[in-house]
Amino acid sequence: MTALTSLTLAEARAGFAKKQFSAAELTEAHLAAIEGARSLNAFVLETPERALEMAKASDARIATGTAGPLEGIPLAIKDMFCTAGVRTAACSRILHNFVPTYESTVTANLWRDGAVLLGKTNNDEFAMGSSNETSHCGPVTSPWRRKGSNTPISPGGSSGGSAAAVAAQLCLGATGTDTGGSIRQPAAFTGTVGIKPTYGRCSRWGIVAFASSLDQAGPFARSVRDAALLLGSMAGHDQKDTTSVDRPVPDYAAAAGRSIKGMRIGIPKEYRIDGMPAEIEKLWEQGRAWLKAAGAEMVEVSLPHTKYALPAYYIVAPAEASSNLARYDGVRYGLRVPGRDISALYEKTRAEGFGPEVRRRIMIGTYVLSAGYFDAYYVRAQKVRTLIKKDFEDAFAGGVHAMLTPATPSAAFGIGEKSGGDPVEMYLNDVFTVTVNMAGLPGISVPAGLDAHGLPLGLQLIGRPFDEETLFSLGQVIEYAAGRFQPEKWW
Amino acid sequence: MSVDAHTVRQIAHLARIAVADDEVERLQGEINAVLAFVEQLQEVNVDGVEPMTSVTPMKLKQRGDVVTDGGIADDIVKNAPATEDNFFLVPKVVE
Repeated sequence: MTALTSLTLAEARAGFAKKQFSAAELTEAHLAAIEGARSLNAFVLETPERALEMAKASDARIATGTAGPLEGIPLAIKDMFCTAGVRTAACSRILHNFVPTYESTVTANLWRDGAVLLGKTNNDEFAMGSSNETSHCGPVTSPWRRKGSNTPISPGGSSGGSAAAVAAQLCLGATGTDTGGSIRQPAAFTGTVGIKPTYGRCSRWGIVAFASSLDQAGPFARSVRDAALLLGSMAGHDQKDTTSVDRPVPDYAAAAGRSIKGMRIGIPKEYRIDGMPAEIEKLWEQGRAWLKAAGAEMVEVSLPHTKYALPAYYIVAPAEASSNLARYDGVRYGLRVPGRDISALYEKTRAEGFGPEVRRRIMIGTYVLSAGYFDAYYVRAQKVRTLIKKDFEDAFAGGVHAMLTPATPSAAFGIGEKSGGDPVEMYLNDVFTVTVNMAGLPGISVPAGLDAHGLPLGLQLIGRPFDEETLFSLGQVIEYAAGRFQPEKWW
Repeated sequence: MSVDAHTVRQIAHLARIAVADDEVERLQGEINAVLAFVEQLQEVNVDGVEPMTSVTPMKLKQRGDVVTDGGIADDIVKNAPATEDNFFLVPKVVE
């Protein structure tokens, strides 16, 4: 029998049904794997007691035939999701001691369906970053290494801990949040599957807010089908989030494996950017060939405002962040640094509580929203956003079912390799993913190959609003063709 | 557009983030790098374009005007750094 930590969700469920192992045994195997992988720094909080308690409850439900769809499945939860009674810090010093008294809707849905909480995973502070290096808890080391090298590699970010935990087989799946690429980029960097669903598909209630008009939760998994099963539990209408959509959740897992014959796949010509590495171009071409071989038709489409998505994002996201993060004032929760008066208390608390990237983004957001600059920056960026969305609408109206693009402009980079003085260098990582958030669309990153150094590369599929099913069907075709990718254990 | 040292201090004050004197120059450089990057938005023709207010078309939901929660004062102050009788404590604001 394969190791318990290398199972897919379906295999784990089958194992329970055949009584090959118990949920408690499956959880214990993962807790041991987590303990053995502490050098990766993927987890910022391990919850072994709770995990075993939940697993035993799962075993009881399995025994009585009342198992949920994710019964006994051990998961890792990004530190951005509030978990009742379990510290949730968004990997920020300002929330270092915050223990929520409530549960986020997405995690509540997972527990409702029987899943087991293994612990909380590392992320860039408040999900602001693309390498997990802005975390107050330190960077995550990817389980992947370049061939013949010990250089620590970044798993990407902001959901770096979740991506690394799934890739290193420390959990069967994990949650992430994606504001500009924070699920899809780390998925691509770690050879895992990650999907950001349509805006409104998952409730944002109880998720630490970064940029409310862009934030969406989604799963990480080692196969397309597992990602589909997880999203099926995470998604759904929630009265507590007014932007959550009241429409039924389809059977996503059934979509993985469905024929893609006759589908028209858009290839956006603006994604052929200057200086794109030849191996990314080759990977993209390979993806087109795989989909074509499965009966889909490739169509060149144009998304003329693509290059403006990233600059518009770096106005809209910081603006919303500056407003959302105003709540951290040293009064109601989190860190408090005393000052001579209330103003000094606020200023000192926020200066010491937020790291440099978060402080910078709050300041940029404050600036673009301030009197005299609001129209020139914020309103203009929101107009550009309308144009970006219209680009996609026009392409889809032309009869395209989904689009295929590279997930990232390169493979993962080494820790510290991109933390120079110019923040824009890091931002460019999200050039292919950020358009999708700006337009509110679903996007999935599927592992598709390895680069010359042996590091994973991913392809991204972009769908029509609420058509995650097509993404799972297409993603499954790529997975069948490319295979699955697993790092060699060295930690 | 770019910001000078005075503006950096002003933004920091608006954002309620204390900035030390020796941090201003670095922050100014970083903020200006981002502002230079977003400058390219100026070349987009946005005449007659509505600014986005909602990324997915949705009707604003309404709910009954009823109390659905409450009586959890202990929970609300549970994570507060300083409280007294379920009130948040702050330094004196009125002399």
